[in-house]
Amino acid sequence: MKGIRIIGLVAFVIGLMLFVVSLGLSDYSLDMDSLESGIDKDYHFNFVEKESGMMKGKTYTSMWAFFLDYDQMMSNAQSAILNDVKTNLKLTTADGDYWSKILKNEKINKVKFLVARDSAQGFLLRKRGLFLWLSLILICVGALMYIFPSMNLLPGIKNDGIFHSGLHSRGALGITIGIFMTVFYIVLYWFPHLMANWVVLVQPIKSMMMEGKADQWFLYGFIYTIAILIMGIRFMIKYRHNKYQLVRTFSVMFFQLCFAFALPNMIRALQGVDLKNAWPLDYSFFFEYRINALIEEGNFGLWLLVWGIVLMAIVVPIITYFYGKRWYCSWVCGCGGLAETLGDPFRQQSDKSLKAWKIERYLIHFVLVFAVVMTILVVLSLFTDKLGFSYNVRAWYGFFIGSIFAGVIGTGFYPLMGNRVWCRFGCPLAAYMGLIQRIKSRFRITVNGGQCISCGNCSTYCEMGIDVRHYAQRGQDIVRSSCVGCGICAAVCPRGVLKLENGTVDIDNRGIDLRTIHVPMDSVGIL
Amino acid sequence: MHIAIIGNGISGITAARHIRKHSNHKISVISSETDHFFSRTALMYIYMGHMRYKETKPYEDHFWEKNRIDLVRDYVHSINFKGKKLQLKNQEISYDKLILAVGSTPNKFGWPGQDLDGVQGLYAYQDVETMEHWSKDLKHAVIVGGGLIGIEMAEMFLSRKIPVTFLVREKSYWNGVLPSEESAMINRHIEAHHADLKLSTELKEILPDKNGRVRAVITNKGEEIECQFVGLTAGVHPNINFLKDSELALAKGILVNEYLETNIPDVYAIGDCAQMQNPRKGRRPIEAVWYTGRMMGETVAHTICKKKTVYNPGIWFNSAKFFDIEYQVYGDVPAKLPEDYKTLYWEHPEGNRAIRILYHKNTNEVVGFNLMGIRYRHEVCEQWLANKTHIEEVLQHLSLANFDPEFYSTYEKDLVQKYNQQNGRELVLSNRSSTDAVAFFLGKNTQSKADIQQGMKRNLMLGILLILLSFILPFLFTVKLPIMIVSGLLVGLGIGLLLLSFSQRQVLSGLE
Repeated sequence: MKGIRIIGLVAFVIGLMLFVVSLGLSDYSLDMDSLESGIDKDYHFNFVEKESGMMKGKTYTSMWAFFLDYDQMMSNAQSAILNDVKTNLKLTTADGDYWSKILKNEKINKVKFLVARDSAQGFLLRKRGLFLWLSLILICVGALMYIFPSMNLLPGIKNDGIFHSGLHSRGALGITIGIFMTVFYIVLYWFPHLMANWVVLVQPIKSMMMEGKADQWFLYGFIYTIAILIMGIRFMIKYRHNKYQLVRTFSVMFFQLCFAFALPNMIRALQGVDLKNAWPLDYSFFFEYRINALIEEGNFGLWLLVWGIVLMAIVVPIITYFYGKRWYCSWVCGCGGLAETLGDPFRQQSDKSLKAWKIERYLIHFVLVFAVVMTILVVLSLFTDKLGFSYNVRAWYGFFIGSIFAGVIGTGFYPLMGNRVWCRFGCPLAAYMGLIQRIKSRFRITVNGGQCISCGNCSTYCEMGIDVRHYAQRGQDIVRSSCVGCGICAAVCPRGVLKLENGTVDIDNRGIDLRTIHVPMDSVGIL
Repeated sequence: MHIAIIGNGISGITAARHIRKHSNHKISVISSETDHFFSRTALMYIYMGHMRYKETKPYEDHFWEKNRIDLVRDYVHSINFKGKKLQLKNQEISYDKLILAVGSTPNKFGWPGQDLDGVQGLYAYQDVETMEHWSKDLKHAVIVGGGLIGIEMAEMFLSRKIPVTFLVREKSYWNGVLPSEESAMINRHIEAHHADLKLSTELKEILPDKNGRVRAVITNKGEEIECQFVGLTAGVHPNINFLKDSELALAKGILVNEYLETNIPDVYAIGDCAQMQNPRKGRRPIEAVWYTGRMMGETVAHTICKKKTVYNPGIWFNSAKFFDIEYQVYGDVPAKLPEDYKTLYWEHPEGNRAIRILYHKNTNEVVGFNLMGIRYRHEVCEQWLANKTHIEEVLQHLSLANFDPEFYSTYEKDLVQKYNQQNGRELVLSNRSSTDAVAFFLGKNTQSKADIQQGMKRNLMLGILLILLSFILPFLFTVKLPIMIVSGLLVGLGIGLLLLSFSQRQVLSGLE
């Protein structure tokens, strides 16, 4: 049993190393088609083509040399274009045309990824199938070999040794994994050309699903889905005595696999559409390029547009009223899905202090307000030209909230701050549903009379950093806007004190000490 | 007024917190064990790595200053009851009222070798530290005494894959408390966890190695078991040695009346160390459990700050967890069935879940519930017990009591079926199990049935209206997209209202 686990771990690490090593196994030879289609403007491309002589016909064995020359070539082209704009076209910065004529840095960086992906050739491309399947099989089978032997343990709560292990309690291994994941997100968002080889690697999978070329978001979705599936199996084994956890985990795995990954990648009409992703988590829903795309799509697109609005305005609040925000956060959502599966080993890292709760309330509601204001500006700018600065606002939102907060901190910091950093401190949709949950919802966690022994398991394993024990030891029902209803507090409670319930008893009566059962009320009155 | 509390366990801290809720008295809590209150019941989880000491503290460290509860880390040597002074190691403290919440200490029955290195009980925080210390080169541990602490200790060692031999004097685990079927279930469960359970076996002697550490134990059957650790878990007794030669009236514990007052004015005793002079019917004079300690703390706070309050622990309840099997008891479930009681017992075919209900032979009123691996609602069971409800009434509405998580299989039907078989009855289990039904049963509903009925009709009508409207709208206007959006919203709202109406109907039918 121990042997199988060690073999599994070794296989997993080898697979991961193969995957990482594959980043440097390509030769590069500039792909002009990709350059042309990426630049997308004949005016620009004419200049680039003139400069491309320095790279044409050359084969680079080093990725760095290739990017160095690419940067040089583009910078030359950029200067040439600038020169042409100023001297021949006689445009100045005051002209609107000036800005659309020059070649911008963002464009250069964006094309860099496309060129890197399409210029890759040589060893990795020849052995692509081998590398892809070998590393994939080693990683998946290795992980499962590591996971499955715990089936031999009797079913029940098995948190043994969690605080003795560096992986789970900010030790060296935990920090290493945190850094690895953080770097992954930084590269994904700002330097995708560095992981172009991985995109090359997963192209066969993309081709199996739909025609076309994979991009970094396909790669990300693929890795994301694999992580949820494998770690979902681990979670289901760990909590196999608990049907609520089994059903819930099956649900997040299903929604990730089908709604977030398979459907958008297999049905052309649904490309780039995640039916379950609601505004304001899906913050770009009202951006004009997306609205326009949907309107151009015809009736089906209109239907998607209407669905998105109804989802946000009606479906989300109504289901949240009936079942609390858990229906989304720990049953459907992709971010929640990753947190509940990949992030489960780190749930005890969430900060339970009063201070953290204060920060949480300021921060998450700030993000909600930010998202709402940004969206109002976006919608208004559909009708007027006077809101040019709204493009800056949405760029800030995308950079600070969409990328840094949700990705780098939200997932990269799993081993350091727990698995729900984003959901707890940043997600505007969680804030929106949290308000409903706190003010008008049937969901609450009920405490079983006076049975709490204040042991602290519930608080420790609450991924949202709720001090569950604070309420449990007072016999109070727990109604907190942040609770995602994962049900782990009820699972780890050694006395069976907590239960997730939906009932119509008024919310105002749940927060107070209803159960002063220790001293009979008639003899002393309510405290 | 200065109120001194000796002991920062659950009893003393509950007293302190409630005194603060009621008054502005100066409060000092003295303990030599730890700086802050922690949950004693969670000690095992520190060793097992489920939590650290930090996580077992129910209040953050700033709580005490904010609530003006002075924490004194010191050891009380003696008490001058006449002069109302406490002699501590480093200082002297005077008090106006004194609460003794000094807890218990593990029993040692004069076994040869009971004070060797690596021989200890499990009660204080320091006990976990020494367990950790002796675990370093531990190859085998022996645990003596088949109670709740013993099985916890077994679980602790097994969580680190340290083999355990578990010596239990009785014929079956904890059979002084558990009825035989439940006790047998736990025997099986202990063995399933690969602990070497030796029933009807007593400790005779503990043998030392040349360094004065335990090397082996000898049982009353003459067997020698090699081990480097012996856990003495044969119960606890009140920790009152330091009070022996004082004017305080002692028996096994500190004697108190129904107001938790000792024989000395302004001195109270609560929790594990208190011994009731006149215990209530069916209750033991010393009840060393978390819940009674908490109730006593609350009671004594009322007595000191408000008005003299009789300690009334209400209907007995307790809970525990044996490895993976949770246990709950409500009311009176003795190990041996009394003559005038009848028992109804159902056990899952897999042998790891059980429900037992005891009821009176003549009056048929329920007297106790025992749950293994199934959770029942405290308040519902309590209400049935308090109202001396007829067993058949209870059985028909048993679903109200189930507290297991959503989607769990329920077994109330099986229990009712069993009763029907045994008694030739044809009771039917009602499907009243929703949270609303429970709220109605407990009188916590804020709406009346008529309210719900009215709401149900209103929502139904409104819902249908909105849906109809959404279908009509597109025919009345020509602008396409805005009308699609409005219609979509109306349909959504309409369906929502229909669902609401439907759920209200379900609540009503659940109340029939």
